[in-house]
Amino acid sequence: MFSDLISPAILSLIVDSTLETLYMVAIAALIGTLAGLPLGIFLATSARGELFEAVTVNRVLGLIVNATRSTPFIILVVAIIPFTRLVAGTSIGTTAAIVPLSLAATPFIARIVEAAVREVDQGLVEASLAMGATPLQIVRKVLIPEALPGLVLGITLSVVSLLSNSAMVGAVGGGGLGDLGIRYGYQRFMPEVMLMVVVVLIILVQTVQSLGETLAKKVNRRLRRH
Amino acid sequence: MIQNASAPPFPPALFRDLAARLPSGAGRASRAHEPAGPGGRGGAADGAAIVLRDVAKTFPARGSDAAVEALADIALDIPRSEIYGIIGRSGAGKSTLIRTINGLERPTRGEVIVDGVTINRLDEAALRNERRKIGMIFQHFNLLSSRSAFDNVALPLELAGLSRVAIRAKVERLLDLVGLADKRDRYPVELSGGQKQRVGIARALATDPKVLLSDEATSALDPETTRSILALLARVNAELGVTIVLITHEMAVIKEICHRVGVIEAGRIIEEGPVGEVFAHPRTATARSFIGSLPGREIPAALAGHLRADPTGARQSVLRLTLTGAAAGQPVVTRLARQLGIDVVLLGGQIDSIGTLPFALLYVGVPTQAWASGAVGAALEAAGASTEVIGHVL
Repeated sequence: MFSDLISPAILSLIVDSTLETLYMVAIAALIGTLAGLPLGIFLATSARGELFEAVTVNRVLGLIVNATRSTPFIILVVAIIPFTRLVAGTSIGTTAAIVPLSLAATPFIARIVEAAVREVDQGLVEASLAMGATPLQIVRKVLIPEALPGLVLGITLSVVSLLSNSAMVGAVGGGGLGDLGIRYGYQRFMPEVMLMVVVVLIILVQTVQSLGETLAKKVNRRLRRH
Repeated sequence: MIQNASAPPFPPALFRDLAARLPSGAGRASRAHEPAGPGGRGGAADGAAIVLRDVAKTFPARGSDAAVEALADIALDIPRSEIYGIIGRSGAGKSTLIRTINGLERPTRGEVIVDGVTINRLDEAALRNERRKIGMIFQHFNLLSSRSAFDNVALPLELAGLSRVAIRAKVERLLDLVGLADKRDRYPVELSGGQKQRVGIARALATDPKVLLSDEATSALDPETTRSILALLARVNAELGVTIVLITHEMAVIKEICHRVGVIEAGRIIEEGPVGEVFAHPRTATARSFIGSLPGREIPAALAGHLRADPTGARQSVLRLTLTGAAAGQPVVTRLARQLGIDVVLLGGQIDSIGTLPFALLYVGVPTQAWASGAVGAALEAAGASTEVIGHVL
């Protein structure tokens, strides 16, 4: 029934755009997590009297994270073009778009990780110290496993926000679903394309969200199971 | 008191097995009342497991908060293989005190010596090493919710870098010891408070510590569970020879299992001694009020209103008799009545034991005439009772 409404050419455009979006979001989520996880853990554990006490570094990092998070994503994309060119070799295209996406995802994930780690009962840290654990052992064996349900939900949230950010990288030729929606749906007056784009995005977000929630429940040992 | 019907069975063979793996000084049932000889390494003060010398801790002022002197002039010798109780109200400094013993809190002055090692002079790496020899249990258990009972007990062994095989054998033995072999794969959320504390105790014992610190370990438990956890601690002390230092605000805990007690107030130890002695002859108002908080210790309410300080014209004098040790087993009251040919009225009191020491506190009424003549006092003193006159009734 879609073939009446949408030509095979448009359909193949939608498939390609979906794949581009998935590619950008997946790689940016991976990079954002790899950078955001240690950053978030450090932010949560470097305040006064904590495991890796470094008050000044903590404050400076906090400022940088806030600055990055307060910059609107579309401005960030354009503002860091020289950096993108340095990293990706070009500032245009889907791969290049991964650079600003990762850069925006990192502080977002860091703050979420920080909040999840702070939620871990300080009594557990004290008990581990009393057992003779090193700070790194505490991070690996106590903080991360105990914060895991929160971390999974937080990273899910970041993937959803990456999906929405990825719609803006059309500005630098990043492609993806958002770009398709703007160029065909809006500029070429093809509302059916716009609708398809929105439907695909809704399905993607729903899938990511339920996967994340299922996984978070699975790793949450605080829930009773019978 | 220590034998409790609700306590799970402890296979004696298991205890012997674990005891055999502990260094010398362990595996010997010792009570404070028969002082423990020095065992193991020579401590700083003849066989004391833990010595605190002139320990003080001041938390520096920060922002608008003034500096807080949490501990001052703390001097304690905690004998090896004893259960030492520290009792105090909240904010008295007991938590800070117990945390100096494993270096979670560094004193601003003084020395904390555990098994001959000055804890507060160690660098971080050496301190971590020493902490593995000091177990700790907590009021809120502090178990990892992400780990099963088995994996919680395994944690200190993982941290110490033991092999999977060694960990498995050890953890299973410990879970048996605390009576939780059937709960090994349960997560903390599926365990009751008492079961969680048993996991906590098994975890604290995993590295074969010589010292076990108990930070209000029974304060979050109901009275029956409290008794069964205390029975387990007494057993750990008696059969493994582990020195236990516990802090509490409940005199019942001290009475049930401690050999010695220190009373802490405003950061200072104000009274200290064998539990039987402190119970029989408390020297400070704080100690008296803690003891008075136990049931059966108050002057019977019906009597309290009629007591007068002046014996003139009174018919009956009310005495408080404290009997400890052998005297508590003697027919002190009937003998007094027979010896002096007087009537003795029992008005209230409590017969109990402190650890293994029998203990009785009785309110009795005797004819004021007999009391005034000094005959009652002399007879009671000869019987080994400590006597106080509470008042007189017309």
